[in-house]
Amino acid sequence: MGATLIDSVRHPDPPVLETPLHDLHLELGARMVPFAGYRMPLNYADGIISEHCQVRAMAGLFDVSHMGQVTVQGPGAASFLESLMPADIEGLAAGRQRYSFFTSETGGILDDLMVQRITDCFTLVVNAANKAADLILLQRSCPADCTLTLLNDQALLALQGPAAATVLERLAPAAAAMSFMEVQVLGIAGFQCTVSRSGYTGEDGYEISVAATEAEGLARELLAAAQVAPIGLGARDSLRLEAGLCLHGQDITLETSPIEATLQWAIPKCRRLGGTRAGGFPGAQRILTEFTQGVTRMRVGIKPDGKAPIRAGTVLQSHSGTPVGEITSGSFGPSIKGPIAMGYVDAAHAAAGTALHALVRGKLLPTRVANLPFSPHNYYRNKNQGVSPHERNQIHSRS
Amino acid sequence: MSEIRYTADHEWVSLDGDVATVGITDYAEEQLGDLVYVELPSVGREVTAGDETAVLESVKAAGDVKSPVSGTIVEVNEALSDAPEKVNENPTGEGWFFRVQITNAADLETLMDRTGYDSLIASLA
Repeated sequence: MGATLIDSVRHPDPPVLETPLHDLHLELGARMVPFAGYRMPLNYADGIISEHCQVRAMAGLFDVSHMGQVTVQGPGAASFLESLMPADIEGLAAGRQRYSFFTSETGGILDDLMVQRITDCFTLVVNAANKAADLILLQRSCPADCTLTLLNDQALLALQGPAAATVLERLAPAAAAMSFMEVQVLGIAGFQCTVSRSGYTGEDGYEISVAATEAEGLARELLAAAQVAPIGLGARDSLRLEAGLCLHGQDITLETSPIEATLQWAIPKCRRLGGTRAGGFPGAQRILTEFTQGVTRMRVGIKPDGKAPIRAGTVLQSHSGTPVGEITSGSFGPSIKGPIAMGYVDAAHAAAGTALHALVRGKLLPTRVANLPFSPHNYYRNKNQGVSPHERNQIHSRS
Repeated sequence: MSEIRYTADHEWVSLDGDVATVGITDYAEEQLGDLVYVELPSVGREVTAGDETAVLESVKAAGDVKSPVSGTIVEVNEALSDAPEKVNENPTGEGWFFRVQITNAADLETLMDRTGYDSLIASLA
């Protein structure tokens, strides 16, 4: 066996933090791995492919307590947040959530996140790996009339899959009627939770914030449903990749602009040129220019023709042998039953169907540029209220 | 068939006459998780002990299988191309990778026996 592979599994970096569900993961037979400074379940006994298919077919419970939850409160909170991200926070209604990102002065993506509004309190849900940097960013420019609080004593669970609503409805009847990207404070089996109808799998589902001390009790209630199985980070990654969702640090970074990442749908008209609050966020000059002038490279799906997975870092070449791009995420899609990937390619080679070669172990493997997502989104649509194109894209694009 | 021998990289090899069959151990299979792709060597290829001879891809990771012995590849397990999961199901049986006609039987003497390999696994736990 290649030493690199087994060694990475056998000799992980020393784990730092545990989530409130650590003991439950061990009890459930999880294989624990270090991730973003936490010991997290990679998979349980059935393995990644089985867990992935469980979520697509039924429902799965994820522990995402490693993610950061930060509240911002005060009269100036909305305009403060708008100074850091190209989002419409002033217009965010209570009980709603939006996807956005902290941008850098050079127009890159510092982190992507969800912003929830409950009455006058905004809660940001940020990536574990960027939690500390995000806090520094927020603290540095937080106005005197606003209060920042890191919710270190809150766990975060995700219940995802076509059976998620049926399962949650039994414990919290109001959950079933929530619309996509709605946020509510709900009692679930007696536990007070902040629930959003969203996720990172492409399926219908919920993300549930609960007190750390109550997280295990809630997790056991949810796992008691016959439709629900525990799901690890391995399947979380394959699910989000099939759904075409970005992982910060791989598919979106300080080096990629939101337009290059084809995330322009997340920037509302009011923050674009000609909008009522155009610009006013870091990197606005570059990002707004790219809206009108276009970009030289962009994020696309890549479908290998063969069976071999093509991993992050793999160079993509045109048929003439010129490097034209690079893979940023690549794995096997259990629902697609084949390898899938995404990456950045030069704009001239970004049209769906364009044939490109991936350089893997000295061989040129044929691939094609593919439309994203690979696996169609199954977000919840109310009977009375269709999902707007803007909301349809409001996905939880984080690790 | 001779006693099965093991490498520190978690391959197993069993000798039948002068033909060695090579696979990965249960431990390696468990560490890798669900395999989704296996790249096998060409029949006729000359390999030296330690050469990267097959490539494995699981959902999460890629790795190599090194040939524990020197010789010529005489057979590969073609069934793995369409069913890499056979390695997960039975790594020491149907999940074998390739057979090598060996040039030097002494190659096997440098490898661990079951007791030695079990001690290695115990030390990794």
